[in-house]
Amino acid sequence: MVGSIKFDGVKKDFLTMEGETVNALSGVDLEIEKGSFVCLIGPSGCGKSTMLRLLAGLDTPTEGTIYIDDKKVTRPDYDRGLVFQDPNLFPWLNIYDNIAFGLKVRKLFKDRKNDVGEFIELVGLKGFENSFPHQLSGGMCQRASLARALIGHPQALLLDEPLGALDAFTRMNMQDELLRIKKEKEMTMIMVTHDVDEAVYLADKIVVMTPRPAKIEQIIDVRLSQPRDRNNAEFIRLRSKILQILDFAGKEKEVEYSI
Amino acid sequence: MKKINAFLPLISSAAAVIVAFAVKDSPLHQKSAHPYFAYLLIIITAVYYIGAIISANRVKKQKKKAEHPPFYRALFVAGVVLFFNILNILTVKTALLPVLYFPSLDRVFGTLVEDRELILKCIGFSMGLLAKGVIGGLVIGFFMGIAVGFSKTAEYWINPIIRILGPIPSTAWIPILLVVFTKASSASAFIIGISVWFPTAVLTSSGISNVKNSYFEVSSTLGASNFHKIFRIGVPAAMPSIFLGLFNGICGSFVALMTAEMIGAKYGIGWYVNWQKEMMAYSNVYAGLIVIAVLFYLIITVLFKVRDKVLGWQKGVIKW
Repeated sequence: MVGSIKFDGVKKDFLTMEGETVNALSGVDLEIEKGSFVCLIGPSGCGKSTMLRLLAGLDTPTEGTIYIDDKKVTRPDYDRGLVFQDPNLFPWLNIYDNIAFGLKVRKLFKDRKNDVGEFIELVGLKGFENSFPHQLSGGMCQRASLARALIGHPQALLLDEPLGALDAFTRMNMQDELLRIKKEKEMTMIMVTHDVDEAVYLADKIVVMTPRPAKIEQIIDVRLSQPRDRNNAEFIRLRSKILQILDFAGKEKEVEYSI
Repeated sequence: MKKINAFLPLISSAAAVIVAFAVKDSPLHQKSAHPYFAYLLIIITAVYYIGAIISANRVKKQKKKAEHPPFYRALFVAGVVLFFNILNILTVKTALLPVLYFPSLDRVFGTLVEDRELILKCIGFSMGLLAKGVIGGLVIGFFMGIAVGFSKTAEYWINPIIRILGPIPSTAWIPILLVVFTKASSASAFIIGISVWFPTAVLTSSGISNVKNSYFEVSSTLGASNFHKIFRIGVPAAMPSIFLGLFNGICGSFVALMTAEMIGAKYGIGWYVNWQKEMMAYSNVYAGLIVIAVLFYLIITVLFKVRDKVLGWQKGVIKW
């Protein structure tokens, strides 16, 4: 399928400082359709962040291949935007220059100057262009880092627990904002999260993962229409189903998890 | 702080001027052509009051909250003038301090006026030498630091060289440099260069290795090339550390400059002080020291201004 992402037997081993091999991801097959919102959920050590880093091209798989549009992923590039839990804004640049960074390094800034203002408005940071990151709150910094990733019009936006460090209120706000941006910009979003509620609220498809071995346990399609009601019966049913899968996995294999 | 009396400098200066004119000089001291010390006092007092009034008016106009109350430095200026007044009494008025080593203030300040042509020539020579050495050492140190910070190969080959050769005091190179360089001025510039090169290289490379890896990761997902990663991420992120190295290097270069001017220099402010000492002309030695202090103070001030501009983003994060 055009614009799709495909994990084909992807395996990743890490070498620790002591020289031991740690299996971070064991044999993952996954297809993600263009324009869908996929959440990767699971306890620590289940390989969800590893999957995202592999897809971003920051690490290379030990075995298997990742394809985007039938093209092999070999290195990071601007077609896959990445947002971490920590906003990672460049502290020496103000908000405007942070957001314009991608355009500037790709020498597109002259032609697309107006985009910067547009994306600043999109994430609601108008009036803060000249502020430096340390002057803004965590939520505002995360919005700026979102705009910085979005301005290059990536085909896919990879989100590694982007809302993990935010308070509950800002978090719910940002969830709605993500949905709005996804609708407006029509892109694929892949998000790693610990929060089952968040996954059910946002995703079209929830990939539930378990550790040791780190693999996909189950893929759940969410067929609720947007906007979703957190008190809807189906919503609650899905949530307990995922919790059950995670709980079951935890008890069987005696693995600590954090939800 | 308590309210400071704005008239203190005026009172202190007036007292010093009165002492300078009214009290008879000791016959042991050489006569000066003009009462330069009194002139200087009048000039300092006038400059201080004009400056204070201008800045007070500017604060009022901009309606900003002033950093300090008006005449904040009045007590300080009055104190400094008082110190010179006492020094004047101890030297030329009473000859209580050894006459040879503590000449009259009139003659010290007089030297700055009467010997100005030679002093200016020396300043020009010193600054030229300093610029040559500092720029050379800075550029080489900066790029070496970048190479070591980014490239494993450079780290393997260059880092040990920096660690072994760097700590050698720059002046210890003199015997070798005199053989290697045919021109004394090149040897002098090299000594200054070495003293700047070492701290700049070390702190640039350590600054770059301490940059958060996620900055590089984020930049590569935004389409940055390796060149961008070095010059748009690594260097600006390491700038605070680079500046620390530059600062250390510049301070070291002052020491190196003074030493460098002792090897075969024809002019230079360090040479001037050294030469006058050998002539036992201590009034000229003090004049030279005053010039050195003012020059280096200006250089450091400029460096701080540049730092404030370049590292403005650090405001509220770190202070040093």
